[in-house]
Amino acid sequence: MSTANRETPPPAAGRAGMKKELPERFKHYRHVWVFIELERGQVHPVSFELLGEGRKLADKLGVELAGVVLGPPGEATWHAVAGAFAYGADLAYIIEDPLLAHYRNEPFTRAMTDLVNTYKPEILLLGATILGRDLAGSVATTLLTGLTADCTELDVDIDGSLAATRPTFGGSLLCTIYTLNYRPQMATVRPRVMAMPARTDKPVGRVIQHKLFMAEQDIVTKILGFLPDSQSAKANLAYADVVVAGGLGLGAVENLQLVKNLAAAIGAEYGCSRPLVQKGWMPADRQIGQTGKTIRPKLYIAAGISGAIQHRVGVEGADLIVAINTDPNAPIFDFAHVGIVTDAIRFLPALTEAFTRRLSPHNRDKLAS
Amino acid sequence: MHIVICIKQVPDSAQIRVHPVTNTIMRQGVPTIINPYDLFALEEALRLRDAHSGEVTVLTMGPPMAEDALRKALTYGADRAVLLTDRYFAGSDTLATSFALSQAIAKIGETFGKPDIVFAGKQTIDGDTAQVGPGIAKRLDLLQLTYVAKIASVDLESREITVERRSEGGMQMLKSKLPCLITILEGSNEIRRGTLDDALRAARSEIVKWSAAGAGIEDLSKCGLRGSPTVVKRVFAPAARAEKAAQIDVTDKTPRDLADELIAQIFTRQPALEHELAFDGEA
Repeated sequence: MSTANRETPPPAAGRAGMKKELPERFKHYRHVWVFIELERGQVHPVSFELLGEGRKLADKLGVELAGVVLGPPGEATWHAVAGAFAYGADLAYIIEDPLLAHYRNEPFTRAMTDLVNTYKPEILLLGATILGRDLAGSVATTLLTGLTADCTELDVDIDGSLAATRPTFGGSLLCTIYTLNYRPQMATVRPRVMAMPARTDKPVGRVIQHKLFMAEQDIVTKILGFLPDSQSAKANLAYADVVVAGGLGLGAVENLQLVKNLAAAIGAEYGCSRPLVQKGWMPADRQIGQTGKTIRPKLYIAAGISGAIQHRVGVEGADLIVAINTDPNAPIFDFAHVGIVTDAIRFLPALTEAFTRRLSPHNRDKLAS
Repeated sequence: MHIVICIKQVPDSAQIRVHPVTNTIMRQGVPTIINPYDLFALEEALRLRDAHSGEVTVLTMGPPMAEDALRKALTYGADRAVLLTDRYFAGSDTLATSFALSQAIAKIGETFGKPDIVFAGKQTIDGDTAQVGPGIAKRLDLLQLTYVAKIASVDLESREITVERRSEGGMQMLKSKLPCLITILEGSNEIRRGTLDDALRAARSEIVKWSAAGAGIEDLSKCGLRGSPTVVKRVFAPAARAEKAAQIDVTDKTPRDLADELIAQIFTRQPALEHELAFDGEA
């Protein structure tokens, strides 16, 4: 039973729902923290997206925004700190330790919980990435506080509580969740759900350095190796500028080639709706929607996708949504910007060809290479 | 070896509909299934048991009808099923759920032998939080291995386990120790068809049913709504977009004409896009 799966939402006046005065030990919890996810020298963009959101929350609360950087001693870690400032942090908490060179649950959980217990933030945000989800669950349980997963909207209530809104029932409804009597209030947000804030040339802020009180022999889990994904397996759907996706309307697994052809012709990533993954037509990392990837492309072309609400949640951030579907009553036409009621199987090859004609020969060569 | 696997009975979310007028969930007649991600974990547990001998205990927390999910797990070949059910658990969030399940796992350990591995699915298809597995690990002080794509080896003698774990941009090869909690990635394997023997045994099996007290839970303030730091305050339907999609008229047009018209519309609405697609990086 998760937060989002109660048979009926508890009435606001229920015992647990009643807002009591915050226990004394939590009264000194202040400020908004964003975990800056650093892995193998790279900051995950979701951390900067969260700083944009964290900035708004901190401003509403009249508190400071901090980035939390956990990494090995060296340039990459300080680069992440600089990134946190550039995207809006007032200060950074940093733990530099060789044990934090690669993600492992034990040292990262220890590092984060130590920081929270020492510096007491009222809000802690993490990306709902593989790393972020692994870490957030451990940290929240260690601190015995609330954690709301995969939020699509964060706000501060009139009394200063964090109002975390997330999809429920597979995306068909939204619910707003509070962590009333515990601190910090924790939430995760998926990549691309929040817009990337503008990078500023703000001068560097304060840095508070902390130590990891751990030695390698305290850590049971050892890293034996790392096998990077092959280039072809790296679907960068979430951050693609143009995405083409297919749904059940394509009728047969062979017709997915039409989607891939169009994507190749215009340098787009391709994806699909959930039923196709369930049928085994496409791997799960190409799935777009509430249980798959959230995308925010400049152009999204949905071919043969009816547009169930769980799909809508994943594509709403797109600048321009084009829907191709034979059913004029398909829900996708309720949230697409441009619609064509036609058979995607016949239309996609024509669209691929037309795009190819429009694009400069130079660019065609580039895409082909 | 003794393996405990946590499963959840969920509504088949593909079949949930929202009432178009009242915006309420229409659950009537929606079938329940074992959370699909849990089946990958169950299969992995069964394979390990078959390779190393031992027992698989399947555990769920839920209403009495969740017994159906347990019986299904028995037909796949699980050896024992435990249902944790009590009105005190109603309204549990992930923190309260991980508390109750961890207490039940501790009780399973006392009653049927300490588990070497606790399995959970990657996440559920209804809550989607992926928080309960890590929560249980922390509560029981188990080593935590999430998003495992492959269990490369288990050595019961040295108590070592090596796994391949999905991480951002690749696979981590990890060596850890038993006991541990593992969540399994989808597609890692395929659930077996149970044998006729399993089906017969499942039908006859007694399912162990524990209330909160039965599981040895003394502190009820950590359960259900009271034990849940998060509170759902509001449930609502997403706002409808003000206008529907601008429809391109398709009558009497060839796909080629239609494609040209669509592209013209795209570039009118997003002029920058034409620039990028046409002169990508060369402007």
